[in-house]
Amino acid sequence: MREIHVREITEQVAQMCKEANYFLGDDVLQAFREAAAREESPVGKEVFAQLITNAEIARREEVPMCQDTGTAVFFIELGQDVHVVGGDLNEAINEGVRRGYTEGYLRKSMVADPLERKNTGDNIPAIIHVEIVPGDKIKLTFAPKGGGSENMSALKMLKPSDGYEGVVNFVVEHCRKSGANPCPPIVVGVGIGGNFETCAYLAKKALTRPLGKPHENPRYAEMEREILEKINKLGIGPQGFGGRVTALAVHIEVMGCHITGIPTAVNINCHACRHVERII
Amino acid sequence: MAEKRISAPLTDEQIMELRAGDNMLISGVIYTGRDAAHKRLVELIEKGEKLPIDLKGQIIYYVGPAPAKPGKVIGSAGPTTSVRMDAYTPAVLKEGLKVCIGKGGRSKEVKEALQKYKAVYVAAVGGAAALIAKKIKKAEVVAYEDLGPEAIRRLEVEDFPVTVINDAYGNDLYEEGAKRYRIE
Repeated sequence: MREIHVREITEQVAQMCKEANYFLGDDVLQAFREAAAREESPVGKEVFAQLITNAEIARREEVPMCQDTGTAVFFIELGQDVHVVGGDLNEAINEGVRRGYTEGYLRKSMVADPLERKNTGDNIPAIIHVEIVPGDKIKLTFAPKGGGSENMSALKMLKPSDGYEGVVNFVVEHCRKSGANPCPPIVVGVGIGGNFETCAYLAKKALTRPLGKPHENPRYAEMEREILEKINKLGIGPQGFGGRVTALAVHIEVMGCHITGIPTAVNINCHACRHVERII
Repeated sequence: MAEKRISAPLTDEQIMELRAGDNMLISGVIYTGRDAAHKRLVELIEKGEKLPIDLKGQIIYYVGPAPAKPGKVIGSAGPTTSVRMDAYTPAVLKEGLKVCIGKGGRSKEVKEALQKYKAVYVAAVGGAAALIAKKIKKAEVVAYEDLGPEAIRRLEVEDFPVTVINDAYGNDLYEEGAKRYRIE
């Protein structure tokens, strides 16, 4: 068993909170540049110009690119030969979030109770997904998620007879209804299969893939292309002002499921598709 | 791109010159307010009590800024989703508010109220929060400090860029823009 002290996890998490919110990934910046070149709407082009300048300011001044620094979402791949010592893994992650959001001047956006709605003041609780994998390392993926785009999520238990077309139509129609709300150009995470809670998890996890990297199964890579094309025909455009680029990418994750249905979830990310990784 | 320039306080006549799709630069004073602050304002309006700020002719920006780093006026400060304010917006427009700044679509009731009370709904670029913060020259909390990022702040802005979404004539840029670029 390899021992990893919780202190190291907390330190890494605190750093990751700041990094993800200050530094937009090169994959997203590159997608902005390509999209700006093919956008026909003058207002749409102006939006891309503002987003690129915004990312430059955030990087240079080490300030968050968006004031909504999100719910702190973590995907943890915990090697089965790792022994976490010195404390509680979940608490170590929450402590890292507390520290990172405070030291980094990031906005604290979490409330303690969904109805009483009192801000916790430290962006806790983090949302932590742990998967046990072979090996003696821990892989941490941090993906802060803004509330505006998160509110534009949907889940439907489709019927087997709905098939491929049913999935495509559900996702496209949902993006149409979301319009300008999730801060287009959007990145669309789609989870297909598993069950009720797993398809939602897959949709969120799909957003952490490098932007525009196609699914390894050609059938789903084709489905990603088809959904992307249909979304971009909607005309919603950057910020919903009208234009050719409504979505930058569609990422699908799939899992086997029960004979009775096709659980399908859509999780939309705004253009600030932030995520950072660490392997300890 | 042709840009109009506006500053509060605004008159009905100035509002009637604005059209959906216009790009504008705002300078001068604007106030911040999100759902929690709106809820309190509307409760006071319903009770007939005095509001902590005079809304007549003014501009409200839907924003919950990030904390300011030392030496900075304000943290990153992009618009939040406007639909959450829909329930409160007609009441504040009735009090004389002329411009609200946010992002995303509005309800039928809000669009009707914009026409009735002669006001406009404009959008700033969602997510351009570090860039927008640079346009904010002064910021002070003027009400509801206990709401933290949701407190009402008085901001002084210079060349704050926005686009008119819903004008006082019933036009809607989100609908028109999507129609113009839609491919059937």
